[in-house]
Amino acid sequence: MALLSPARLDPAPTRPIKEILATVLTHETVAEDYRLLELSAPAEALDCAPGQFFHILCPVDGESQPFLRRPMSIYGYDKARGRLSFLYKVTGEGTRALARLAPGAGLNVTGPLGRGFTIPEEARGLLAVARGVGLATLAPLAQEARRLGRELTAICSARSPEHLMSIEHFEALGARVIQVTDSAGTSAPEHLRGLIEAEIAEGRVDMLYTCGSNRLLKLCQEIGAKAGIPGEIALEQQMACGIGMCQCCVRPFRKPGGVEQLRVCREGPVFDIQEALEW
Amino acid sequence: MVDLTARVGALTLKNPIMPASGTFSREMAEVFDLDALGALVTKTITAEIRGGNPTPRVCEVEGGMLNSIGIPSKGLGAFLASELPAYAGHRAPLVVSISAPSVEGFAALCEKVSQPGVAAIEANISCPNIEEDGKAFAMRPETTRRVLEALRGATDLPLWAKLTPNTGETVEVAQAAEAAGADGLVVANTMLSMSIDPRSRKPKLGNLMGGLSGPSFKPIALRMTYQCARSVEIPVIGCGGISTAEDVVEYLIAGASAVQVGTASFINPTAMPRLLDDLAAFMRTEGIASVAELVGSIRDDATAEAVRFMETAP
Repeated sequence: MALLSPARLDPAPTRPIKEILATVLTHETVAEDYRLLELSAPAEALDCAPGQFFHILCPVDGESQPFLRRPMSIYGYDKARGRLSFLYKVTGEGTRALARLAPGAGLNVTGPLGRGFTIPEEARGLLAVARGVGLATLAPLAQEARRLGRELTAICSARSPEHLMSIEHFEALGARVIQVTDSAGTSAPEHLRGLIEAEIAEGRVDMLYTCGSNRLLKLCQEIGAKAGIPGEIALEQQMACGIGMCQCCVRPFRKPGGVEQLRVCREGPVFDIQEALEW
Repeated sequence: MVDLTARVGALTLKNPIMPASGTFSREMAEVFDLDALGALVTKTITAEIRGGNPTPRVCEVEGGMLNSIGIPSKGLGAFLASELPAYAGHRAPLVVSISAPSVEGFAALCEKVSQPGVAAIEANISCPNIEEDGKAFAMRPETTRRVLEALRGATDLPLWAKLTPNTGETVEVAQAAEAAGADGLVVANTMLSMSIDPRSRKPKLGNLMGGLSGPSFKPIALRMTYQCARSVEIPVIGCGGISTAEDVVEYLIAGASAVQVGTASFINPTAMPRLLDDLAAFMRTEGIASVAELVGSIRDDATAEAVRFMETAP
């Protein structure tokens, strides 16, 4: 099948969403099934905010023919250097095809998309809680917290220490890291509750951030409501367009007038933590 | 310089590319200049507020996707109050897609959306008719005739009927729409399909079944476009699986006066402006001066009518 000519992939400076052809710089295995992909991308496409995502056109090769794009949260971005990175888990046809891309290969990505995390003016201490690959979604918060001169603590949860692959990244960005793992028996919700409440007691938490997990959502909602601390959660949903047109990626949210269906790609992927519903 | 002008009945479009209903919204302006397009087509509007179907609402299949979005709609009031005025800033003609579960409701909605700023009405008659047996209006000539006659009486705007591929009476339905006063046919909506996860044994769509779109659907919609163009005098707008300029040219040759692009915009948000560039480049390379030169130029002279209009594979 013939392809569209790439001429229009030169980013239009006046349009906030760009479809671009990026180039793979490095693509490493960081733990079993986890890959860190670093792309070279035009600076015009890198006006990103933490929590935003790109829609990735996974390559079609002899073994995989993924049809739809795959939404992937941004792990890191550097406009000045023209760098964009993703930390992802190989789970299905799309990510398996993506994982075979070698340095030098081209990759079509669309973004930045969606509404990212907010860091309120008055929030000095930020607490990020996430597990596994969910840590990747929260990593840009550390980058932004440093830029704004805020204190970020990250509670990083994983099956075992080798799955805590974002820790060095968080520390390099100036975040304080607390590790919990299943193997050490420190990742159960009640233990996490104790850790988060201790952080709050020490006055380190003005805003809570999490993503991806029902358990963490419930925990952060309870703790946030009790302590009167606002929070945000980044959510996932299967997508088709990623831009807000197709109405495929809706999820229910608790709103003053009742439950409302909102598009994860457009009204999210970051939502008020108290409005999110368990799934 | 090639002439991309497309004539769709009384409407003259600057080029033959427009979005397919349901795959487009004003958010697309964040990707490219919408005035580059031949026309803009809204997501289907219903009179009432609708929530849509349970998730998952889409799944991918080889060479395409299935969707069962379920026409979520903010209702007529919201459309007239906020959506329609927001299109006023765009120069591209606006086509409003409408749907209703009854003939009377369809006609009432049609009259209310026939407003200044609307260039044409696209009647999505591929939806279930709850007054009859729940089958889509466009599955049969008689229900097509009844709803189109009512719509014709409700508007003076150009009226397009969007047909369904879920019929064995393509030609009869097309002719019924024409006889009832339609000014154009959009061929076609998606084809009812299914996909099952072999491990969980669950249907991949929350609504069990959904409509197939994308390149794997193109040969079906192209066949229908050809059959419709051969059997009616009113213009036909081709729609189904277009993702390259060659696809656009195929539809034009089959008899389409213009085309709609849908699923391709999900895969490449810049698909429509790139299709325009590529179409112009194709025409330059092939020495074709105008889109009009391509429309209906298929070389099928030796083919018998019975073969042209067959409804089953030989």
